[in-house]
Amino acid sequence: MLLTTENLGKRYERRGVAVDALRAVDLEIEERAFVAVTGPSGSGKTTLLLTLAGLLKPTAGRIRFRDKQLEGFSDAQWASFRHANLGFVMQNFSLVPYLSARENVTLPLAIAGSKGAAQKKRATELLERVGLGDRASHLPRELSAGQQQRVAIARALANEPALVLADEPTGNLDPALATDVLDLLRSLNEESGTAILMVTHSPEAARAGTHRVHIEDGLVVDASLQPA
Amino acid sequence: MNLAGVAWKELSHRRSSLVSGLVAITLGIAVIVGVRSVTVASEHAVAVKLDSLGANVLVLPQGATVDDYHTADIDAPTFPEEYVERMVTSALLGVENISPKLTRRLKVEGTPLVLTGILPDSEVASKPTWQLEGLEGATVEHVCSGKLGAHADPRLQRKVIDVLGEDECILGYEAAHRLNKREGDTIEVEGVTLTVNTVLSATGTVDDDRLFMHLHAMQEMLGIGAQVSAIEVMGCCEQISEGLLSKLRNVLPDTRVTGIAQIVSTQIETNRLMDKISWGILVIVLLVGGLSIGNYMWGNVTQRRREIGILRMLGARRARIIGLLLAKAIVLGIVGGLLGYALGTLVVTIMGPDTLGLQVRALPGWLGGSVLLAVTVAVLGSLLPAWLASRFDPSANMQEI
Repeated sequence: MLLTTENLGKRYERRGVAVDALRAVDLEIEERAFVAVTGPSGSGKTTLLLTLAGLLKPTAGRIRFRDKQLEGFSDAQWASFRHANLGFVMQNFSLVPYLSARENVTLPLAIAGSKGAAQKKRATELLERVGLGDRASHLPRELSAGQQQRVAIARALANEPALVLADEPTGNLDPALATDVLDLLRSLNEESGTAILMVTHSPEAARAGTHRVHIEDGLVVDASLQPA
Repeated sequence: MNLAGVAWKELSHRRSSLVSGLVAITLGIAVIVGVRSVTVASEHAVAVKLDSLGANVLVLPQGATVDDYHTADIDAPTFPEEYVERMVTSALLGVENISPKLTRRLKVEGTPLVLTGILPDSEVASKPTWQLEGLEGATVEHVCSGKLGAHADPRLQRKVIDVLGEDECILGYEAAHRLNKREGDTIEVEGVTLTVNTVLSATGTVDDDRLFMHLHAMQEMLGIGAQVSAIEVMGCCEQISEGLLSKLRNVLPDTRVTGIAQIVSTQIETNRLMDKISWGILVIVLLVGGLSIGNYMWGNVTQRRREIGILRMLGARRARIIGLLLAKAIVLGIVGGLLGYALGTLVVTIMGPDTLGLQVRALPGWLGGSVLLAVTVAVLGSLLPAWLASRFDPSANMQEI
């Protein structure tokens, strides 16, 4: 099993009022799975994704990634974990505006301290794989929204992660571009075997996943974790 | 690419922000260097002006009083002229000029006068009126500022008298009037004939009633051997405040070494005041400069929240985020320090003479200091913003974008 959560909970304090964003979430995500997490706005989908990435601290429960228990990790351990095992694709691309497409893709490699030539080779390969080999030196503002999201997907794969966390990856794209991006994610999942956990409120996007989880009010109300 | 490369890209991407940051640091350092240069120049000018007040240390025979020196009675005590050599060979720091004097009250052609024997090559024409009388000689090198050489301002230059021969004398205004003598006239003193070299203009001091002649000629005339009544010393005010008087007492234990209180205390107090003002300004400028740099860095960090969140998301540790922001501060500090030094020095050296009436010189020793200061202030001003940036909640950032 790639990732398991047991009774995962996240409680916020907002103006003195406790809000349970996640309540006793139990999940099991297999290696190479493509899981679509759906639910209405404010249901806790993004909180679940951020908690699994260590970007939010859970207030209850356990998280296991392969043979590692993650819930007690320090900030530095989480940073190393994210860097070694996770890739991210966010709704509005999260690209650094003053870095070219290639430089954005090399960011995870730069953080790892890999050498310049190796970075460049890897970034070029990935950009070609997402169909942007000829746009490597373009800045994000010189690319369309769909192209920017492709750069973000290439970056997510730079360090060969076991799991890509995608938060509404098609949220800012028109339907045609959304389909392109979903096709790309699906092909990467099938070809590279990288597991994907994609949060989306769109039923169409959710159909790209091989597994489904539906969350409402912080609770998993439907988990079709068997292949669709 | 590495994270330093990311910092460099950010610098070149946000040029307007870079320029405003550089301007903040450059101006801060320029003000510090400018103020310091002007302060050093004005301290020097004030010190030279104070030193030009004349002799500020008097060496008298043991048991003699300052009154004895001024009244110059016939039986006033004396001590050997060789003491001058002793002072010279002791190589005391801060002794700018030594002038031995022998004074005696005598009747000259029936008129009571004070005769003062001086050594022309060590007697300083410190009073402007003396210099106006054509008594100028070689310019005395200043040692008080720590640099040998004459002062650029002619009003502050002091020169020894090199025109007084052993058969000549200089008459004070009143003495000449009473003796009815003019330049070129001869005068009989104790059987010796002297030619009046110069008649001084009225100075309003005891000099008006005096007849100045060569010390050695006066010693021979009086038959008292190589004796003097006093040694007037021009001490640098800085060294006087650091204990020159007691050092002189050690060299000449059987004499009375006294500071001319009013001159010395003025010199010391002014020196201290200048020093305090200088450091006060420096502290204020440092605080203001540091705050403005910190403010700039905070603005920059806030502007970069999103990127910092992206880097944290991708696995950059907090220490690397802090390093990334401090790298920028160091680059800005080095460039701003160099530019600030150049600007500050250029402005005060060009504008100093016209606007301040001061010859301001560059302080090369401050070049390294300016860069170090700029880097230190930039790093200190950035530490808190960088630390806070490393604590940004990346999840809030992720949801926000």
